[in-house]
Amino acid sequence: MTSDIAAILAIDGIATGAVYALVAIGTVLIFTVTRVIFIPFGDIAAFTALTLAALDAKRFPGTGALVVILACLATLIEIISLMRNGELRLLPRALLFYLVLPFAVVGAAWLTMRMDPPLAVRLVLALMLITPIAPLLDRIVFRPIADGTVLLLLTVSVALHFALVGLGLLFFGPEGVRTEPLTSFSTEFAGVLISGQTMLIVIAALVFSGFLYLFFDFTLVGKSLRATAVNRTGSRLMGIRPARAGTIAYLLGSLMAGVSGILIAPVNTVFYDSGFLIGLKAFVGAIVGGMTSYPGAAIGAVGVGILESFASFESSALKDVIVFSLLIPVLIWRSLASLHSEEEIEE
Amino acid sequence: MSGMFSMTDVTVCYDNVEAVRNVSLSVEEGQIVTVIGPNGAGKTTLLMATIGLLASRGRMVFQGGDIGRMSVEDRVERRLCLVPEKRELFSDMSVADNLLLGSYSLRDRSGVRKTLDEVYDRFPRLKERQRQAAGTLSGGERQMLALGRALMAKPKLLMLDEPSLGLAPLIVREIFCTIASLRDLGVSILLVEQNARAALETADYGYVLETGEIVQSGPAKDLIHDPRLITAYLGGH
Amino acid sequence: MTRFHVQLAALAAVVGLVLAPFALSPFSITLMNYIGIYSLVAIGLALLTGVGGIVSFGQAAFVGVAAYATAWVSALNGYSPWLGLVFGVALTCGVAAILGVVTLRLQGHFLSLSTVAWGLAIGFLFGNVEGLGRFNGISSIPPISFGSFALVSSSQIYFLIWGIVAAVLFLGYNLLDSRLGRAMRALRGGNTLVESLGINAFRIKLVTFVIAAALASLSGWLYAHMSRFISPGPFDAGMGIEYLMMSMVGGAGSLLGGVVGAAVVTLLKNSVQDYLPLIAKGASGQLEIVAFSALFILFLQWARQGIVPFVARYLPKVRRERPQPAPPLPRRAQPAPGELLLKVEGAERRFGGLVAVNNVSFEVRAGEILAVIGPNGAGKSTMFNCLTGALRVNKGEIVFAGRPITRDAQSRIAKAGIARTFQHVKLRPRMSLLENVMLGTYARTGTGLFAGAFRLNQHEEASTRHEALMQLERVGLGDKPFELAGNLPLGNQRILEIARALAADPTLLVLDEPAAGLRRQEKLRLAELLQALRADNLTILIVEHDMEFVMSLVDRIVVLDFGSKLCEGAPAAIRSDERVQEAYLGGVA
Repeated sequence: MTSDIAAILAIDGIATGAVYALVAIGTVLIFTVTRVIFIPFGDIAAFTALTLAALDAKRFPGTGALVVILACLATLIEIISLMRNGELRLLPRALLFYLVLPFAVVGAAWLTMRMDPPLAVRLVLALMLITPIAPLLDRIVFRPIADGTVLLLLTVSVALHFALVGLGLLFFGPEGVRTEPLTSFSTEFAGVLISGQTMLIVIAALVFSGFLYLFFDFTLVGKSLRATAVNRTGSRLMGIRPARAGTIAYLLGSLMAGVSGILIAPVNTVFYDSGFLIGLKAFVGAIVGGMTSYPGAAIGAVGVGILESFASFESSALKDVIVFSLLIPVLIWRSLASLHSEEEIEE
Repeated sequence: MSGMFSMTDVTVCYDNVEAVRNVSLSVEEGQIVTVIGPNGAGKTTLLMATIGLLASRGRMVFQGGDIGRMSVEDRVERRLCLVPEKRELFSDMSVADNLLLGSYSLRDRSGVRKTLDEVYDRFPRLKERQRQAAGTLSGGERQMLALGRALMAKPKLLMLDEPSLGLAPLIVREIFCTIASLRDLGVSILLVEQNARAALETADYGYVLETGEIVQSGPAKDLIHDPRLITAYLGGH
Repeated sequence: MTRFHVQLAALAAVVGLVLAPFALSPFSITLMNYIGIYSLVAIGLALLTGVGGIVSFGQAAFVGVAAYATAWVSALNGYSPWLGLVFGVALTCGVAAILGVVTLRLQGHFLSLSTVAWGLAIGFLFGNVEGLGRFNGISSIPPISFGSFALVSSSQIYFLIWGIVAAVLFLGYNLLDSRLGRAMRALRGGNTLVESLGINAFRIKLVTFVIAAALASLSGWLYAHMSRFISPGPFDAGMGIEYLMMSMVGGAGSLLGGVVGAAVVTLLKNSVQDYLPLIAKGASGQLEIVAFSALFILFLQWARQGIVPFVARYLPKVRRERPQPAPPLPRRAQPAPGELLLKVEGAERRFGGLVAVNNVSFEVRAGEILAVIGPNGAGKSTMFNCLTGALRVNKGEIVFAGRPITRDAQSRIAKAGIARTFQHVKLRPRMSLLENVMLGTYARTGTGLFAGAFRLNQHEEASTRHEALMQLERVGLGDKPFELAGNLPLGNQRILEIARALAADPTLLVLDEPAAGLRRQEKLRLAELLQALRADNLTILIVEHDMEFVMSLVDRIVVLDFGSKLCEGAPAAIRSDERVQEAYLGGVA
């Protein structure tokens, strides 16, 4: 391997890693706030790419139907739970959040579509359509078992991923998509060609991480999310609702995953099931950071990207084997590093 | 029963055990009420049920409204506050952020700054350490922060679970002085303590909880001279 | 229902299974074969997940390792499938042992995540290794044959599959009812209790893990020689989830649940495949997985415990015979009264900046009851945990029966003769009183894996049962030995913990706040029991907060305050000591 090839591989790896980093940060966010290891974030990223591709092709994406169905389900479940607790007075609020808002988003997207909007608007539309999915899934799938063990939540999360893959095939079809590059700019740095897309990926990752940092450090809502992550009981005693914090976390996480989907779509062909590997590799990155540290997760994800890039150069067939085998020593190192007491499994 | 807060025949089951059985008590406006009793008597359970962290049977009325089935957050929004035995601070976050989050439940944000200054006046140590992470504080400072954080919510009923736990005698004295001074702010206090003497000396009214049941109650100054209590909890002189 | 009825039901099931191929269509028999093959994996998972509390997403990879191993041996190299069986099982167990040694020390969800990792890594390997046919797989795998009789048709291999399933169930239930099986069942709920009984939790986990992998490998071997063709598909991550689902649907923790779960999932999947095209034409493939995952999620939300435990609640309880008298288990030599038994010298334990135990020294002599008391937060529990090995002291030395135990692991300290109870009662609520006490005898007995599974050591088992009953009677809980421990009131749960500690035949009994949360009557009973134990020359160390309880009971008291020893002496002297009153009794003016 020459140093040129190494440089190309490294740059390639950093770009892939930056995409993983966005998803990894979302994963950490969800995990710390809700204790759910949200494997389907990769699917959210892939769905965003597919949504954008449909919009580019002037087709209304399947995402719309998916959001409508999930919104109806979530509303139904919310109404039942309100009736059970005798809190029907909260019904208008519930209808607004679980039915009206998602429908409004889909409706707005549909109307805008007819006006043949430019790329920038299509990007916004794709993100708008994708963000309700995770919060709605949270309401439908995770809220009823919010007090379960991390393991139960993980098991459900894995099952949810498989459901989403099936839904992805149903709503987006089996064809892979590759969207137009967002920029055709490219530059040469130290003798290596760097594409504008690569730079855009890295910049977007930096900008969104910075945005998240500001949100956490300078807003009360951001601080309330951190508080929920640090100490659930303590934050409830302050009147911070874990469910609400969870919804915000899912919205933010989906946004990050959506952005990563948009960034990766021009670089790799994305299929309905491409999300799994994106999600899992982001997740490996998140684990490197101990599942609790944002910079750790970002660094870990970039590391995974670089490792994958070099591994695929050595043996493209075995690159995934290498990446996932690496997870075991990382887990051991993490488990030794974390001094948390044993998690008592519920009887 | 009248008063700002009352519970009637409250029973709490915990791990298949009735940890608290048919407890009735009330707190009047501006009063300090203490519940004393040995370890494992159900004192902490009682407070956890009052704030809503544990489910309970029976009636709980706060300022004329039934709160028995409300969520923790709804109770907090009605200005019920608990300083738990474990303090439950946000250890990775700064002292200032901890205090700020104390005011999270307040809809009206205009007075927050002023309340923060008041808390800093009351606990100058917290002001000195406002940039420090809560996890790095000493035991006494943590207790001050937990109290200060609760005060940020402008509580109407403040529940304190073992505020003297694990603290040196000098700091215990300081904490109890602070508690007594809160009465002047018009805050009602429900105080749970195993340090029976200190609690009774501070409180207006006391209940004795043994194995989940109220076995005795009365004005604090009467209880402190009760011969049975003296042998059991106050150390016979 | 008696044991006889259970045996009768099992016999009926076996007869039904033997007759089934003669009544069923060939398609149904094939379905039954799949159910049997999946059952093996699900039974292994029931042991691993339900009994041992280790959630594994990667069992499909173990099935694959064995299937590929036997295909390599028989199809690619032309040897007998029986050699493939030996090679497949050995390879799988070897891989599992290595993975287990590396990962089983991981905590909680980290452990499960590691199963996702190696499950995926191994799964990817099958499709990417040159010699294993890549994604095309390996075909023309020979059938299993006995001499010249080859099991070609599905009704022929049926008997082998279900014979193995029946044998596995039989051995599995035997194992769970043996010394090692009880240790496995105790794993769920945390290591602290298990280690305190002298059980090496890691080793038990490893054994359970390898057993589950071995069952998966049997399944893989049968699968390869039944379908005669393998490709990576059936061993991927999705199948790993499906196996987990089978064991959870059937009822994690129930071996029979593995079979029921495999049957329900397989039949359901089959009917979903039949009916979905009727609902949505052309979309059956993707809807199948959606419907399936949705069902699984609903199941996890609403019926986590699974089918078999649910049904079992409505069946009459199995009536069990009280254990018969049996030769006693060997006993430890007890030290002479008054001899120095435990010596703590300058113990110090810090947590970050906080010194929880600061330069504490004291001694315990054989035959006495010593109490360590102090206000909340005085460092009593920390001291206690250092004694029993749950924590290590930063400085100082602890000598027990003439041997330093300062750096010993919990299980070694337990074996040396210190038995403990817990402030927050640690029992296994779903095991009976008798079984909970039998756990205490673990370190005194020696029945291993095979002896347990094949019931070869019934003498020791009988002695253990009798010993446990004796201890239950000794503490006054002998009337209902088969009651579940979780149904006892708190007071009796504490007493049960003492019975379990006594079953270890300890030289020193250490009790962590035994009176906390007890009613007055219960406290009196507890005090009587401890006095009776002292009369039997047992040495007892009590860490307690309740002054009243301690004063009338113990011989000597050590008072801790803010991590340091305040004073030491007879109860009367302690009661009148002013420093104690100041610190302990709340002398804050």
